Amino acid sequence: MSLQPILELKNVHSGYGSIKALKGISLKVMPGEIVAIIGANGAGKSTTLMTICGIVPIEKGEIYYDGKLINKVSAEKLPTMGLCQVPEGRRIFPRLSVMENLRLGAFHRDDTDQIMKDIQHSYEMFPILGERKAQQGGTLSGGEQQMLAIARALMTKPKVLLLDEPSLGLAPIIIQQIFDIIAKINKEEDVTILLVEQNANLALQAASRGYVVETGEITLEDEAQSLLTNPKIREAYLGE
Amino acid sequence: MIQEFKKVWKQYTIGMVWLLGLLWPMLGIHADGTLTFQKTITIWSYILAGSFVCFMIYIMKSGSSFKFIADPVSRAANGVKSASAALPIWVWITVAVVLALIYPQLAGRYGTDVAITVLFYICLGLGLNVVVGLAGMLDLGYIAFYGVGAYTYAILNVTYGLAFWVCLPLSALTACIAGCIVGYPTLRMRGDYLAIVTLGFGEIIRIILNNWMTLTNGPNGILGIKPIGIFWPMFENGFTFEHIWVKKLQFFYYFALGLAIVTAIGVQRLNFSRVGRAWESIREDETAAELMGVNTFIYKLLAYAMGAVFAGMAGAFFAARMKFVSPESFTFLESAMVLCMVVLGGMGSIPGIILGVVALIALPEIFRELESYRMLVFGATMIIMMLFRPAGLIPAKRMGTRSEEKEG
Repeated sequence: MSLQPILELKNVHSGYGSIKALKGISLKVMPGEIVAIIGANGAGKSTTLMTICGIVPIEKGEIYYDGKLINKVSAEKLPTMGLCQVPEGRRIFPRLSVMENLRLGAFHRDDTDQIMKDIQHSYEMFPILGERKAQQGGTLSGGEQQMLAIARALMTKPKVLLLDEPSLGLAPIIIQQIFDIIAKINKEEDVTILLVEQNANLALQAASRGYVVETGEITLEDEAQSLLTNPKIREAYLGE
Repeated sequence: MIQEFKKVWKQYTIGMVWLLGLLWPMLGIHADGTLTFQKTITIWSYILAGSFVCFMIYIMKSGSSFKFIADPVSRAANGVKSASAALPIWVWITVAVVLALIYPQLAGRYGTDVAITVLFYICLGLGLNVVVGLAGMLDLGYIAFYGVGAYTYAILNVTYGLAFWVCLPLSALTACIAGCIVGYPTLRMRGDYLAIVTLGFGEIIRIILNNWMTLTNGPNGILGIKPIGIFWPMFENGFTFEHIWVKKLQFFYYFALGLAIVTAIGVQRLNFSRVGRAWESIREDETAAELMGVNTFIYKLLAYAMGAVFAGMAGAFFAARMKFVSPESFTFLESAMVLCMVVLGGMGSIPGIILGVVALIALPEIFRELESYRMLVFGATMIIMMLFRPAGLIPAKRMGTRSEEKEG
């Protein structure tokens, strides 16, 4: 692991108008890691990711990606730089086919041959998407849509993938599949992952390090294993 | 079974009583204050009898009493469907183009005139389709760009004597600029807000046309616009090209047809390009499109400007056809009509929009005798359409089950 963090947030503040959602978030993600952010509803987990991507404007603080300050970089330039988000609630394009959804992931790329190869690769990684490539995205099941959202984000060839609640509204068996895929992407595709989850148990098992967010602030930062055994965390987030 | 039977009849009775309540104020209350019932009851009983027969047929059909007829009919329909699917699409296009080419020979002056109007609206509908159908932005002020195009040609032609073919690209350009000026501040909005703002801007442009006396001659409009001039080969004194004005309706029809075909091809190419894909992603989910690296603002502005370009070109042809422009031709009602055509035909579908335009322009012409009931029928048609074919007459394939096996 190199010493330079690939993604770093320093004292980030942001919010929606007068509502301050983030009150000084600082975190570091090292290349090759899986980092989990856990916290309750409304703690500011999703806002953190949306602020990194420039959808929610940053008010104070700095965000560094790959050593570069990206505070002012607009959202649509980030996929070109290798930073891509799988948004909360999947947000695939419901009336476009699976194939077209994937092609939109590769929107900023112009290497058509390689795009086609990558689409084939996605079908190998997610065979169900290959079976349904001509089907409209909105007709897929929740789990399939989540796979499509991940596959679509991978089409941007990201170095860092931000995953927002990949387990949202899915059956436990599907959640397990999704987390297996996340681990596989991290190992085989060499993608650094920042994971936001309410399902703290699963997230911490998959991650190497974890942050706990409460009302817009980081309250705890530790190795995932020690967070899992931390009695406070067990009480607050693991329901014991 | 009986329960269901009762429910259906109850609904039917309520519907007929409601119709009576709707008909009477229109037919029975007269301007001089007298009230009559005779006419209403007569018409109502005709409708009652007619709908009763239809209703009985429907009930018997759903009870499969007509199987002996329905079976061969549906078999024949399936036969036609598979035969039409067997023929490649270009055969249909060729047939349509040939029919369009010989149309003025078959139809009279009036028919040709209606056809020219249809062709203008096809251009407008296809242009609006880029904005509404592809990029998913509800634009209620679209006709303003048609007006900008028409006035550009009118002013340049009457004041500076510029020829049509010089003005056509200039009309497209000014409409495009107007689109960008309107679009730049408004496109940051989404959904309903955008619709209201475009409605406002459409009216602003119309009011400017109406009140800028020195430039547009205000509500009096601009008269004496020259028609299209072309060089036509003549064989009288050897082989020479002579400049003639396209005044004859039949000739003008071909220019309008050419414009419509160019627009259709342009929109088709845009639809299946990378730009079209970006537009559709914005329509589906703007935030997700942004996260995937689509510069949503630029692409929305581009959609708006492209729509305006098509409207501007159609406007120039409109001015050349009418030889007169006035702000009255560019009211909100026109925007609403074009939007209706797009929605009725099927958003995003080129054949659908053409059919929608024909339905909304040609049919009212055919039923001209029923003048005062046109809007009633129009409204009823729209409601029925939205109930039975919510995606339009010919829904866009891309929104349906288009597959891209070729590419995959």
